[in-house]
Amino acid sequence: MSDITLEKVTKRYADGTEAVKDLDLEIADGEFLILVGPSGCGKSTALRMIAGLEDISEGEMKIGGNLVNDKAPKDRDIAMVFQNYALYPHMTVRENMAFPLKMAKLDDAEIEEKVSNAAKILDLTEHLDRKPANMSGGQRQRVAMGRAIVRDPSAFLMDEPLSNLDAKLRVQMRTEVSRIQNRLGTTTVYVTHDQTEAMTLGDRVAVMRRGLLQQVGSPQQLYDEPRNLFVAGFIGSPAMNFMPVEINGGTAKLPFCEVELTQDARSALDSAGSGKLMAGIRPEHFEDASLVGDQPGPTFEVTVEILESMGSELYAYFDIEGGGQSSEQLDELAADVGGEVGGGEDGELQVVARLDAASEATKGEKLKMWLDPERLHFFDLDSGDRITAGSGSPEGG
Amino acid sequence: MSDQTTTRDRIFGLFGLVIVVFYALFPVMWIVSLSLKTPATVTVKEGEGFFDILIPTDATTKNYTALFEGGLDGPFLRPLINSLGIALIATVIAIVLASFCAYAIARLDFPGKTAVLAGALAIAMFPPISTVGPLFDMWRTLGLYDTWLGLIIPYLSFSLPLAIYTLVAFFREIPWDLEQAAQVDGATPMQAFRKVIVPLATPGMFTAAILVFIFAWNDFLFAISLTSSDASRTVPAALAFFTGDSQFTQPFGNIAAAAVIVTVPIILFVLIFQRRIVAGLTAGAVKG
Repeated sequence: MSDITLEKVTKRYADGTEAVKDLDLEIADGEFLILVGPSGCGKSTALRMIAGLEDISEGEMKIGGNLVNDKAPKDRDIAMVFQNYALYPHMTVRENMAFPLKMAKLDDAEIEEKVSNAAKILDLTEHLDRKPANMSGGQRQRVAMGRAIVRDPSAFLMDEPLSNLDAKLRVQMRTEVSRIQNRLGTTTVYVTHDQTEAMTLGDRVAVMRRGLLQQVGSPQQLYDEPRNLFVAGFIGSPAMNFMPVEINGGTAKLPFCEVELTQDARSALDSAGSGKLMAGIRPEHFEDASLVGDQPGPTFEVTVEILESMGSELYAYFDIEGGGQSSEQLDELAADVGGEVGGGEDGELQVVARLDAASEATKGEKLKMWLDPERLHFFDLDSGDRITAGSGSPEGG
Repeated sequence: MSDQTTTRDRIFGLFGLVIVVFYALFPVMWIVSLSLKTPATVTVKEGEGFFDILIPTDATTKNYTALFEGGLDGPFLRPLINSLGIALIATVIAIVLASFCAYAIARLDFPGKTAVLAGALAIAMFPPISTVGPLFDMWRTLGLYDTWLGLIIPYLSFSLPLAIYTLVAFFREIPWDLEQAAQVDGATPMQAFRKVIVPLATPGMFTAAILVFIFAWNDFLFAISLTSSDASRTVPAALAFFTGDSQFTQPFGNIAAAAVIVTVPIILFVLIFQRRIVAGLTAGAVKG
């Protein structure tokens, strides 16, 4: 058994800043868990605490049921892949991969066998006698993986292992990582800031923000039912559009149209009370009205400001009146992507819609747009929480 | 066009090189020439040209053989052994201590870290001449006067700061991730240091070793002040005690020969270790 349990794990530095706060996480044996979040959210610190490279200020960390808070990295039976690979430059690939086995005092024949097996899995056999300096980024990355898998540890910890590769290689290695994890079935914790990696690789994804765990769930869960504005904005590409909304009885008044609320949404909103609200809709839940046929849902006219063609789909950007509303979570998202989310001070708000490639949208022209009323999300502006049938007062459930 | 430029560059480069080499090696040439002359021809006579002076007319190796006459009781062999022994021991101890110290400074956060560095710098700036007097008295009392240890200790205190500073710079260059990787891979902190950090810091260690060795090898001040016999007198000090064939002849030839010989170990030392100082040894460790 090599499950990893974190109970109220906290990392506090000498100056009082808390990198990780009360992190509760259970990682099942053989599970592939992704820790994702913008830079500075504490995901790497959390991983390094699992590895034993950072002290745990408070809380309990268990690997395979054993308390490991005070154990040195070498006694935790884990292997780690570093962001910059951290290969030993004075050793050949073979020596690099044999290093953990030598430290474990295995005999030479066994080491040789394990190294050549790992090399076979990673397609490194003909490179075994080369030094890391003479290898390409992708090859070095594979050596780093090899050094981790050669030992058959109880858990793999990976700290943004693909972030130094170019885009094409990253996709290739992503599949590779997934394949190796499937084959070995080893518990894996994988840190990334890339939400695409998070969505494609993990069994479960844990989203972190400012040292706090926001939500843990399967990728689909995070996408369909984000718990708050931050998760909603972080997961998905292009990001979810946020806009101010007013509720009037059974309709939601968006800046560009009014939407008839679904039964679920109505009961959820009834129970949530009367805070200020924010509406969120994903780009893919808009469509060119001429392509949706007679599906129910509101239509409205917008002027397409920018049109990006991806071949298989179109991204249409249009401006709406709005903004003036701010939220801490949205500000952080904005800081992470380096732009504005949910409207700036100027009252103009850009919305992106993902349209079918068959759409005849043209830049600068008017377009009749449809949106899926079922997929509209509502968030409490103050807390950032998504309003669901379960939230708010208990009788609303 | 570009070919012309490179040719011109090369000619100028070569010209510069010749000047620098001549400038640097002329005194060496002169001393080699002196060491091959007999006492009779060692002084310049009227009417002799530059090349007449530089190229000995009656070249002899007598100056060299004279140095080693009498073996260990002779004027030169014991000091040479003393010099080698003291300089090598000081170098080894300095490098071991300095690498531990530099590692701690580069990697650990401990109270008084800046004080250690500042203290090291202060010692390096301290004029050695001001310590010689007190040391002489102290060493006499402690029984360290005229012993190897009596020279090794001051050499260590003056060369350690230099070695520490050099090594701190090298250790800082080594990505910390490597060490953490080693720890995750099952190495103890000591194993991580020995098997990962030290091999990567080798160029730095050899650089520091050369500096310490040269300092100890060349020192005259401590050697002349803290020794009184062949038991610990090193070559630079021993040269001052060379005597001529008679009290009226200066032993220029012998001194020159000894000077040539003491240069050889330094040159060998640098040549051997220079090969180990390969830049970019850490290339390929991390992608930066």
